[in-house]
Amino acid sequence: MSDLAVRPVFERGRVTRALQDYGVYGAVAALVVFNAAFTDNFLALGNLRTQLIQVAPVLVVALGMALVIGTEGIDLSVGSVMALAAAVLPLYLGYGLLPALAVALLAGAVVGVVNGTLVAVVGLQPIVATLALLVGGRGLALVFADGQLKQINDPTLLALGSEDVLGVPIVVAIAAVLTLAVGVLVHRTTFGRQLVAIGGNRAAGGLAGLPVKRVLVGTYVIGGVLAALAGVLATARLTASDPSAIGNLMELSAITAVVVGGTPLSGGRVRVLGTVAGALLMQLVRATMIKNDLSDSAAQMVQAVIILVAVYIARERRTR
Amino acid sequence: MTDTLPAPATSTHEVEVEGSTRGERIAAGVQRHGALAVLGLIVVIASFAFEFFATLDNARGVAVQSSFLAIVALGMTFVIISGGIDLSVGSVFALGGVLAAYASQWGFLPALALPLVVCGGIGVLNGVLVAKTRMAPFIVTLASLLGVRGLLLAITDEGSTTYLVPKGSAFTELGQGTVYGFGYPVLIALALFAVGAVVLQRTSFGQSVFAIGGSEDAASLMGLPVARIKVLAYTMSGLLAGLAGALSAARLSSGVTILGVGMELDAIAAVVIGGTLLVGGAGSISGTLCGVLLLGVIQNVINQIGTLDSSYQSVVSGGFLIVVVVVQTYLSRTQRLR
Repeated sequence: MSDLAVRPVFERGRVTRALQDYGVYGAVAALVVFNAAFTDNFLALGNLRTQLIQVAPVLVVALGMALVIGTEGIDLSVGSVMALAAAVLPLYLGYGLLPALAVALLAGAVVGVVNGTLVAVVGLQPIVATLALLVGGRGLALVFADGQLKQINDPTLLALGSEDVLGVPIVVAIAAVLTLAVGVLVHRTTFGRQLVAIGGNRAAGGLAGLPVKRVLVGTYVIGGVLAALAGVLATARLTASDPSAIGNLMELSAITAVVVGGTPLSGGRVRVLGTVAGALLMQLVRATMIKNDLSDSAAQMVQAVIILVAVYIARERRTR
Repeated sequence: MTDTLPAPATSTHEVEVEGSTRGERIAAGVQRHGALAVLGLIVVIASFAFEFFATLDNARGVAVQSSFLAIVALGMTFVIISGGIDLSVGSVFALGGVLAAYASQWGFLPALALPLVVCGGIGVLNGVLVAKTRMAPFIVTLASLLGVRGLLLAITDEGSTTYLVPKGSAFTELGQGTVYGFGYPVLIALALFAVGAVVLQRTSFGQSVFAIGGSEDAASLMGLPVARIKVLAYTMSGLLAGLAGALSAARLSSGVTILGVGMELDAIAAVVIGGTLLVGGAGSISGTLCGVLLLGVIQNVINQIGTLDSSYQSVVSGGFLIVVVVVQTYLSRTQRLR
């Protein structure tokens, strides 16, 4: 490290470092430029709207996932939580939209409490604790919904999925506001600092007197509530509550967005803007390939390579 | 082991050691045979509760249904004991099935060889990436979950082409033929478990897998070829998932692209319920077999209750998983706290 000053500008460590910090933004920018030049109608307002609307629910889930991963955890249950929220929503719509929303989000919070307790108090590995609810959660959702798809008629709820506020689709606006909120939470609040500190070194955090258990449970609750909200938004967009389809494989999309965005799986760091860029990158890769007549299957393979490259680059930080 | 140690200097210490050995033995027993005990209990209760449960036909049904997951979970057991995880097995399973169905037009051997070569290759790739780049197994195999499903879609024209196994071919017989009413997939699964148990317990490879899962650094210092053993473990997982896929294609007479979604989680659940620790270093093949059978029997019992629809199966499995791992955690904690 001491001889850093005499090394050339393109010294490997520095390039790697730059790639780690800005690579995902660069990749998003490159894809946007490429599409602007070569893809017909890419910059058309309608298309940009579609891309943002599609990425919004993934981002909402990924924000919570970024926090959980920041604590050196992982939450596999988010897809099932989406289904669970979607399943309980129509059961309470008779009492009005707000109570129904509250119950749906509460379902997410309850799952978060269970996950967080299993991780923080019982001491299970996050992957096992949340695996149980991934398996059981969707079953519960199907039980609540009687295994059936239910049409949604509530006009306010449907507006959430289809209408604009100040020219921006409501789902996109919600995702943007939540991004800001999570950014503030991580960088400007005590809770956020404690979360990152505990993720960096849980034992040290405990010894330093941080409320480790409370922060961990709180983090999983935030993750659960955000996933439940994504389930509500997905229901509104689909105009139906379909507990067998909503949120399928969402855990993978969310983890991918977070990891590609530069948040290390080893915890201790949360990159909120990186997560946004990670989610956008995966969405744009797919859109680019499909719009240029390449298949969905090719898009999936490219996404797999991107994950590996992103994690390979990020891995350098720990070994140095 | 503790009994043979010389008596400690102070008597209080001795009491502690004695007490904890008994506790430890019970804990280890529960951990090792817990799944078997619960399986036995459910089987006995279900035999009394449901007329149809304790029949040979029903046992055959459960066995065939469980055999594919069992083969996948066998490979997963090796990977998990080595301290890793393989999320790609569901995709590899589906790919194995489609490749087998595709190659079955050329005969029996190609129908087995093609999926084994390709799926084994995917396992090698997983293993090399995990062992050489030191990236988290979770992420490496997550990427191959995606990539392999992409590959699967590519060779089936985005899922629109279904390859059929020619009727009456020897390959069909492999999936549908029976001995004493038990299908070949069941017999193959049992044989593989016997071999797997010997390999894990009685070979230096198996002991190395335990050593690496227990402490990779220590294993490396002892001179074990850590990278090679990891690559082997992931290769086995890929091969077995591909084989299970090929057998299921033989049974269904076609390669079904949508199979295997979420199978990695069932396999992990079965392994964990069977007493293998997800942190690696401890576990057993027989436990995994119990775990798979337990999941199969739960499903069977729920089907027999009739008034419960199949969604209860995942609720029960999930709840069961929580109970098992919580008990495991407390048991291993009492072991550590002695």
